[in-house]
Amino acid sequence: MQGYVKTATRASRPFVLLLALVVIALALAPLWASRNTLQDLFFILTMLSLAQFWNLLAGYGGLVSIGQQAFVGLGAYAMFGAVILLGIGPIQAILLGGIAALALAIPTAFFAFRLQGAYFAVGTWVVAEVVRLCVSMWQAVGGGSGTSLPRDARDGLIGLDQIMALFSVRGAEARDIILYWLALCVTVATVLGLYAFLRTRSGLALSAVRDNIAAARSVGVRAEGMRWRVFLIAAFGTGIIGALIFLQNGRISPDAAFSVTDWTAFVFFIVIIGGIGTIEGPIIGVLVLFALQSAFAQFGAWYLVMLGLLAIGVTLFAPKGLWGLISARTGLSLFPVRRRLILSDPSEDKP
Amino acid sequence: MLFIDTLVQGVLLGGLYALFAAGLSLVFGIMRLVNLAHGDLIVLAAYLMLLVVTVLGVSPFVALLICAPAMFALGWVLQRFVLNRVLGEDVLPPLLVTFGLSVVIQNSLLETASADSRRLPAGDLVNASLPLGPVNVGVMPLATFLSAVAVIMALQWIFFRTALGRRFRAVSDDPVTAGLMGIRPKSIFALATGIAMIVVTIAALYLGIRSNFDPAIGPARLIYAFEAVIIGGLGSIWGTLAGGIIIGVAQTFGAAVNPEWQILSGHLVFILVLLLRPRGLFPRAYD
Amino acid sequence: MTALLETGGLSAFYGDFQALFGIDLSLEPGDCMAIIGANGAGKTTLMRAIAGTVVRRTGQVSLSQRDIGGLAADQVAALGVAMVPEGRKLFPSLNVEENLLIGATVAQKGPWALAGIYDLFPVLREKRHAPATSLSGGQQQMVAIGRALMGNPRLLLCDEISLGLAPIVIKDIYAALPKIRAAGASVIVVEQDIGQALKVADHVHCMMEGRITLSGRPADLARDAIHDAYFGTVSAGTGHAVH
Ligand SMILES: Nc1ncnc2c1ncn2[C@@H]1O[C@H](COP(=O)(O)OP(=O)(O)O)[C@@H](O)[C@H]1O
Ligand SMILES: [Mg+2]
Repeated sequence: MQGYVKTATRASRPFVLLLALVVIALALAPLWASRNTLQDLFFILTMLSLAQFWNLLAGYGGLVSIGQQAFVGLGAYAMFGAVILLGIGPIQAILLGGIAALALAIPTAFFAFRLQGAYFAVGTWVVAEVVRLCVSMWQAVGGGSGTSLPRDARDGLIGLDQIMALFSVRGAEARDIILYWLALCVTVATVLGLYAFLRTRSGLALSAVRDNIAAARSVGVRAEGMRWRVFLIAAFGTGIIGALIFLQNGRISPDAAFSVTDWTAFVFFIVIIGGIGTIEGPIIGVLVLFALQSAFAQFGAWYLVMLGLLAIGVTLFAPKGLWGLISARTGLSLFPVRRRLILSDPSEDKP
Repeated sequence: MLFIDTLVQGVLLGGLYALFAAGLSLVFGIMRLVNLAHGDLIVLAAYLMLLVVTVLGVSPFVALLICAPAMFALGWVLQRFVLNRVLGEDVLPPLLVTFGLSVVIQNSLLETASADSRRLPAGDLVNASLPLGPVNVGVMPLATFLSAVAVIMALQWIFFRTALGRRFRAVSDDPVTAGLMGIRPKSIFALATGIAMIVVTIAALYLGIRSNFDPAIGPARLIYAFEAVIIGGLGSIWGTLAGGIIIGVAQTFGAAVNPEWQILSGHLVFILVLLLRPRGLFPRAYD
Repeated sequence: MTALLETGGLSAFYGDFQALFGIDLSLEPGDCMAIIGANGAGKTTLMRAIAGTVVRRTGQVSLSQRDIGGLAADQVAALGVAMVPEGRKLFPSLNVEENLLIGATVAQKGPWALAGIYDLFPVLREKRHAPATSLSGGQQQMVAIGRALMGNPRLLLCDEISLGLAPIVIKDIYAALPKIRAAGASVIVVEQDIGQALKVADHVHCMMEGRITLSGRPADLARDAIHDAYFGTVSAGTGHAVH
């Protein structure tokens, strides 16, 4: 089978400049943003990172997991456990959260990769439930009702005193600034890392798999190793973000840490509404989600009903999401990773 | 003695799980559709029956007769206008749509019926029990189990003894060739989902009579149902009963050791079975 | 007499790939037409385009002057077009008799019912409770033909019914063709076996790369011309259309 690779690069160069400016502005946010805004930005950034990892799994890897809350929750609990039981500093413990999630991902993948398609989704969910139930029995971190981060650990955050002096703020605000910067670093690393990964040979194969079923078959041999890589990367990143989110929260409980709504449903809405299988999609999706949340959160559960209906509508009528609509209109591609493998042999059977 | 008692309770509990699972198994077997909103549809049916019981003052069993056709219609419409559009090679769209549906149903119920626990009133029946050999069994668990067996026999009969069942099987084997025979797969799918919703209503009856329910319990029922379907093997309706029983027995034995382990041991047995037999216990020979 | 089946400029596509290029065909009621051509010539695609299982097609298809080009497969079947698909495509979860019965889903009034099929292929009567896929290749082909006949079609499309079968079995199967025609169906047979096609058909069309390269009555076609049209040793267009 022969083929050639088409790369769309229009608009990506000015965009790099714009991106750099946005990142700089965000890095300087503690100077211009209120504490509330900073917390909103923290929410946006962490949800965006979670969404990008789920996007990597479902949008590129074809691994539709509905059990990512396992990695959020375990990452967060590992961080709490390390702080409470081992006395490790919270920021170092975030890394342990990622490692714990990675450790969980290995047996999970071993189990779930035996399951196809929809079975896989349910398999990951069962694993998440098992982890939640086990953690609920872990009394040292509060069992079923959860626990709070010890005061001295929260106050012992690296750099807290310097930030307090630099911005002349109180401890709680300084903590928010540090965690916000961490979230920004994690998000930039996630987006750029994903971008770099998708531009590698194997990343290209992933995009091709997503775009073309015939191509998927021809790279089938490598698919198994690919799935492992994608699943482990996503688990590690998700664990890190989970730890970061609950470090910010300061309080943890199994129901919150393993919440399907917060860590899977929202992520899923972000990716679907924004546009699955693109890097741009989740960025748009998270902004839309935040806007909707600010506007409609006072309607309580009706807000979730609306999000659900929106996601159904998008899946039915605009399966490539908002970004798909935009790029179809304009031909724009900000992160030109969607190099397409154009196959010259069409003889493969298609449904 | 305790062993036999636990075993019997587990088997009877498995009947409830098989009821949760039978509709899912039917739909999965015919169109490979995984409906992540299945558990929420059970809860929705329970609320619908509660509404009928409250408004008309009838018993839940009468409410079943009124609600089953309504749920059939709901299933038909859902399949015809929403789910049929996302069936295909790609498993992602159906998962996305049914997950969205799950969120929609749960939160609509939360807003309209509140988060309070409810129960379908069934009078003294709930606490009645019968001596059965060496153990005492509750009338409701026994009725649930017998209903599960009856539902599965009925589905089996439809599937293997009727013209409709012939079409179900043909479409499940090969929808394109079935189309050449003048069968419209999408109409068959709509009927199948309608039938599955009747089973869902029966499941909801026993769910609502035997225990409290609230808008949030759907996903857990979905997991048990799935475990039963997958353990039993794709498309095997009797396998689904076997799967339900395995989960039920695992749960009661887990609970006998430590109440906290009830749910967990069901999940662990599921994982164990799948590690040993990835296609379940009674897979179809071909696929 | 008006044509039973007529196609005009019929093209078909798989995604961006065009598999048929403007096919013009006409079949009179009662006739038997053969379509021959090498592997990949587009014969199966042509059958699918008529039966409505190709998603994207352009041009005209009409059945007794009624436009069927926009209809789905089940609607075409309901108008009396039955197909014996390439590779038989029996339903593995149905036994022999159930496979036959499923063919009667949208049956027209007509001569064919279970008894008639069992008379046509007596071996099927013995095997009627066996799973369809447990039969030999030839017997499976009989089930596939019987299944199509159960709908009492006006038009029967047979796609490579001899493929992979022993010559003696092929003879048995083709022996049924005259009876099928006598009962009133018009037939299109797709064949790679030129000899077989020339024997049974009133008209033969040869296809190559999605186009008809030669048409004519079997008696009028020289072996060399067929060979050229079939393997493409002469450019398309040298064949002459016969109507
Ligand atoms: N499902 C399909 N998807 C894509 N291409 C197809 C498909 N089926 C057939 N083709 C292509 O269409 C052309 C004609 O195929 P076909 O009609 O099956 O030929 P024939 O029946 O004459 O052997 C071939 O080039 C084949 O590769
Ligand atoms: Mg062919």
